[in-house]
Amino acid sequence: MFVTATAAIIIAMVLALVRAFSGPSLYDRVLAGNSFGTKTVLLIGIMGFLTGRPDFLDIALLYALINFAATIAILRFFSYRQPKGAPSEPRKESAS
Amino acid sequence: MNSFQFEVSPILLVDLSLLTMLLLVAVAMLRSRHLFAVVMLSGIYSLLSAAFFVSLDAVDVAFTEAAVGAGISTVLMLAGMLLTSRREKPFEARRVPVARIAVFATGAALIYATIDMPAFGDRGAAANSYVGQAYIEETPNDIAVPNVVTAVLASYRGFDTLGETLVVFTAGLAVILLLGVGSTRGGREVSDVPPPSDNEETR
Repeated sequence: MFVTATAAIIIAMVLALVRAFSGPSLYDRVLAGNSFGTKTVLLIGIMGFLTGRPDFLDIALLYALINFAATIAILRFFSYRQPKGAPSEPRKESAS
Repeated sequence: MNSFQFEVSPILLVDLSLLTMLLLVAVAMLRSRHLFAVVMLSGIYSLLSAAFFVSLDAVDVAFTEAAVGAGISTVLMLAGMLLTSRREKPFEARRVPVARIAVFATGAALIYATIDMPAFGDRGAAANSYVGQAYIEETPNDIAVPNVVTAVLASYRGFDTLGETLVVFTAGLAVILLLGVGSTRGGREVSDVPPPSDNEETR
């Protein structure tokens, strides 16, 4: 059961990676990074149960905190970066 | 002696997929010219390597990697990127064969050197013999902390860690004093006059 869950999480990680590689807009990449962090939290949590040592759960909790704070910090930079009087719509960035 | 059976365990598969994703992210970071994408990918790279460290039981390294790599460095690189351009300047990709030969030769030499390394968890290895053995034996008596690395960092080497923290704190304080607090907002709130070429398009 844990093996299946691990496989599902890894597939979800790959999907988030695809979005981070080819996200056309900036916010796609922010969201991909954030959801990748969530997948890492889940993977660490389930890896503890997979190896029979669920002591690492609090590390997963710490990662969830770091992930949240990092996403807020990244998004704050973009709120600072909006020029005054400019429309606050997300600007489309072309994929590189 | 070697009771290590090479079977395909789920953890091995997890390790392999984590390493594959690390490689993919690294290649994508090298190929991308879009600096914001590179910053986000480097955050993902740190998260991946932190997960890999947890899978290697190096929990303390994973803590540091997640806090410093995924948290602080992403924000620092974003702050740096906002002060410059968002795109890397296109450059002429001139391949120098000597450089490639040097890189591959060094890599081959390093891989060749790993053959001489002791096996994983070898009792006779120098890292597991003298001081490490003493720490593993004495930690439960000296300090009631289940993790030996935490005991070494926070108690046996407590003053060293305190000094490190002091150094990092002083460095951060000096950078903030030099740049000004407004520099974290893309230089917009800095009170001194920006250079004349610093208009909105070049940001």
